[in-house]
Amino acid sequence: MIAAMALPPPDPEFVLRGTAAPVHTLHFSCRGQEPEFPILFSGSANGLVQIWNLKTHRVDKTMDGHGGKSVYWVETIHGRDGLLSQGRDQKICLWDLAEGRNVVTDSISVDSVGFCRCSLLKVAQDRWLIAMPANDPDEVQVLELPSKTSVCTLKPEAGAKLGMPMCLKLWQPGFGACPFLMAGYEDGSVILWNLSMGKMLSRLACHQEPVMSLDFDSEKAKGVSGSSEKVLSVWSLDEQQNLKVHKTHELINSGISDVTIRQDRKILATAGWDYHIRIFGWKKVKPLAVLDYHTATVHCVAFSDHSRPSERLLAAGSNDQRISIWSLYNQT
Amino acid sequence: MNKALGTGMKNTQWFLPSTPSFPCSWDRSCQCNSSSCLKVPIFCLVKIVDILEQFLREGGLSALMWEVCQQQAQAASPELQETLLNKVVCLPDHLSNKLQGENLPIFLPQNYFPLLGTEIIQVLQRISDSLRGGLDCSISFVSQVLGKVCVHGRRKEILSTLVPCLTDLTKSDCIWQRMCWRLVECVPDRWMEAVVCGFVQTAPGADVLSRLLGNLVVKNKKAQFVVTQKLLLLQYSCPTAMLQNLLGYLALDNSRRFLLLKVLQELMETWASSSAVKHSPVEQQLYISKAILICLSHLKDVEIDSHRQELFTCMMEGMKCHLDSNLPRIRCLGMIVAESISSRINTDGPILKFQYEEDDETRELKSLLTQMLSPPSVISPLDEGRKDSPSAVTEAELKPGRKPLAAACAVSEEGSDSELDSDDDFIPYDMSADKELKKTKAPLYIRDCIEVLTGPEDMDKWEATMRVLETLIQRNTAATQEVSVELAKVLLHLEEKTYIDDFVELRQKALVTVTITDPIPVAQYLTSQFYSMNYSLRQRMDILDVLALAAQELSRPKAPGKNKPSSIQTPCIQILPGSDSSKDWRKIVDERIKSKTRRFAKGQSQVELVCAPNKFSSVAGHFFFPLIQNFDRPLVTFDLLGDDHFVLGRLAHTLAILLYFAVNTVVAAAMGKALLEFVWALRFHTDSYVRQGLLSCISSTLLSVPSDRLLEDVTEELVETQAWLADAVEGILLLPQMQ
Repeated sequence: MIAAMALPPPDPEFVLRGTAAPVHTLHFSCRGQEPEFPILFSGSANGLVQIWNLKTHRVDKTMDGHGGKSVYWVETIHGRDGLLSQGRDQKICLWDLAEGRNVVTDSISVDSVGFCRCSLLKVAQDRWLIAMPANDPDEVQVLELPSKTSVCTLKPEAGAKLGMPMCLKLWQPGFGACPFLMAGYEDGSVILWNLSMGKMLSRLACHQEPVMSLDFDSEKAKGVSGSSEKVLSVWSLDEQQNLKVHKTHELINSGISDVTIRQDRKILATAGWDYHIRIFGWKKVKPLAVLDYHTATVHCVAFSDHSRPSERLLAAGSNDQRISIWSLYNQT
Repeated sequence: MNKALGTGMKNTQWFLPSTPSFPCSWDRSCQCNSSSCLKVPIFCLVKIVDILEQFLREGGLSALMWEVCQQQAQAASPELQETLLNKVVCLPDHLSNKLQGENLPIFLPQNYFPLLGTEIIQVLQRISDSLRGGLDCSISFVSQVLGKVCVHGRRKEILSTLVPCLTDLTKSDCIWQRMCWRLVECVPDRWMEAVVCGFVQTAPGADVLSRLLGNLVVKNKKAQFVVTQKLLLLQYSCPTAMLQNLLGYLALDNSRRFLLLKVLQELMETWASSSAVKHSPVEQQLYISKAILICLSHLKDVEIDSHRQELFTCMMEGMKCHLDSNLPRIRCLGMIVAESISSRINTDGPILKFQYEEDDETRELKSLLTQMLSPPSVISPLDEGRKDSPSAVTEAELKPGRKPLAAACAVSEEGSDSELDSDDDFIPYDMSADKELKKTKAPLYIRDCIEVLTGPEDMDKWEATMRVLETLIQRNTAATQEVSVELAKVLLHLEEKTYIDDFVELRQKALVTVTITDPIPVAQYLTSQFYSMNYSLRQRMDILDVLALAAQELSRPKAPGKNKPSSIQTPCIQILPGSDSSKDWRKIVDERIKSKTRRFAKGQSQVELVCAPNKFSSVAGHFFFPLIQNFDRPLVTFDLLGDDHFVLGRLAHTLAILLYFAVNTVVAAAMGKALLEFVWALRFHTDSYVRQGLLSCISSTLLSVPSDRLLEDVTEELVETQAWLADAVEGILLLPQMQ
């Protein structure tokens, strides 16, 4: 079986066209019951957030709330009745989508002008934490939603020379436990923050270049990060809450703009500057596939949250203004 | 009778001195043996051989030598001694002459001389006993035996038993040490060299050598000459371990250290002499370099302090003439030795650092400087024999082949291991499409290429252009011909703006392809540029390479439909980085496999050769004559007959190659004539690389010009060349005799 010729890589299931601008962020919402249909939110460089119907492959709604400035993070809140979108106009908008509405009900202004995407974590019923870059270039601020009260500001010690935060990931070891934050910084290091004490727990310099994206698997206490270099770095968190490099994987071309672990923790996907989407097995970081469809930098990858594993999808948005949808490794 | 003899022999003194005439009669019988063998009755011969064998087996030799030693102390007749010496040393020769096929094993040299060695030890034992007893004894007969055996070429056999025994015995016993010194000192001068060489070769280390020889080099002029001059400067065959023994021996005792300094001085003078660098073989230079490095490793800081200035001067001079050399290996040698000297003499200042490729030789040389006598290098004659045997060679050659295989095994094992471990059974898709991303598009037209190459700096585009240029030229012959000279000019002046792995090769290939596409104008341009101002030597040599490669491509028959030249091989000229011996093993292994592979295919398996006109024939003149015309006109920046003799050597080789590819063409005869004249003008050039080029010129003339044209048109030149070659050969033959 091993000796058999490897299969050629698959083609996309379908392609969504019509954003008319580079796609910077994607977010699925597929858990809804019938008659609700699976949808995909996309945020693009022209400031529009679009809602794609994955049954018809058409845009259901187009929402303009960022004044034409690029949208680079979207996330649902309250099921699919609410949506958060972060734009380059230094605003995070809260959309009310319930009952067919699409209006901005609230917004948080962000002082940072970086590219750092926010991170959202549901800590209780109707209570969320959002981590976002703060006023000071090297600080991260954590707010509670919907009250918008500041929980803490994570400021590195003077002289740490981390640069700006580049990517954030809020997580908690179990529901109700104390939340932590993984943050990747401009100098290439990943830092574990304790939110309740506002204290840095561990720092790992796993890249030479800025960390572009990271994802963390709290069950296996293992995370992965990509930077503008040619390496994908996998690190783990031990019981003493120290980060350690677990493995590095050398890539053919440099630059990873996004990395995501599938919810079932079996595979992970990376979005590459070399126009390729790469799939790895999460356990051993074994390369599984190189998906070649896009003709420009891929900015984001996202896995769908379908409740039935066989329906799960992977979406990738690229600078070539297309969103490709793939169905991979779905047999359980 | 036999019994009587046997009982007689138990008394070892049975023939001497009670029967002083016996040796003479024996002598007579031996003479009779060797001269008139047929006259001796066969039973008599068998008897004598029998007796002799018994004599040897029962330790007769030691008894004999002991007797002579005792006698010597009381002054015995020199004639008798001389005869005895002769008989003892030449016994195997006499007997093998006499007995031919029926010789007994004990009389074979490989058995006899080790036996003689043990017998000598016996004698020495007795002498030491009698010395301890207060009696005087002379050792000189034993020395003579040793010397004569060594000079007869049996030093390996005798010393292989003698040296280990002496090494043991002299370890703690000063009487034995003294005796051993005396043993070597008493060897007559005419045999001294053989004995000293034997000891140096067989001793397992410098300390042992020092124990065995004592201060022989100080006391004996002949031994001093052998050790300090002959073994180091006049020959170069000793293995490195022997050199280490020798120089270590000089360094071990304070009374001999002045010799070490003297030796180093002489070695450095040779190393720094430009004439030696030019005229002595590379192997000898390697040998001298090794000796210098070993000397340096033995020098103490105080000694270096007192000789710093001399060393420095020699180093500067030697470095200059080594770096001037055309041979990469000699340049490399110079660099290593200079680096080593500078690291020894500059204790705190900056030291020399050169860039050269690391290989086995450089590593070995460098290790010589660092290892201080530490590993006692044992070279038993057995080892040395094995070194030369073919099996050892095969082993050494096969080794590099085995390594990658082992590595591959390890990798596959590791791979399968992880496969088994992994419980996520996702099957990977084919990932062969995952290649390095090329951001920029390569230009599609030749003119665009020229624009990119000359235009503003866009590194990615520039690199893409370089990579695509050769195929573009091949595809658009007509378009290339419009701009061929311009393109050649651009390529010739092209500099590596950004690093590309194979820039030199890409540029050369592109130039060759342009030349093939439009031979006459491009060749005219290139040849004219070869003799114009403002080019670097590198560029001039590039021109020569390109012309040679293009000639090869043009002369190669091509299938009519297939326009694409197959991969260009490097021409048969020495390309700058020098020979790479490590690549040769694969060729040898391949050939060996080929010779052992049986092929069962029947009938003609060879592809029919393609016939096509030699495209080079019509353009050969344009390549050749402009190049040969101007070599004797020096420019301000370029003087072929002066300093730039390296380019001259390349030019000679290139001309030879051009003529070789012009075989069977009309113009070949004229080219041959011109080439022979060129050779005549340069035949006494001092540089060996140039002379080598001239030889290849002559060979290619003889190969390419038809014989009738040779005899008709260039008879005179041919006769002159022949005379020159004959003289040269005679000179080579005379050279060793002159030494």
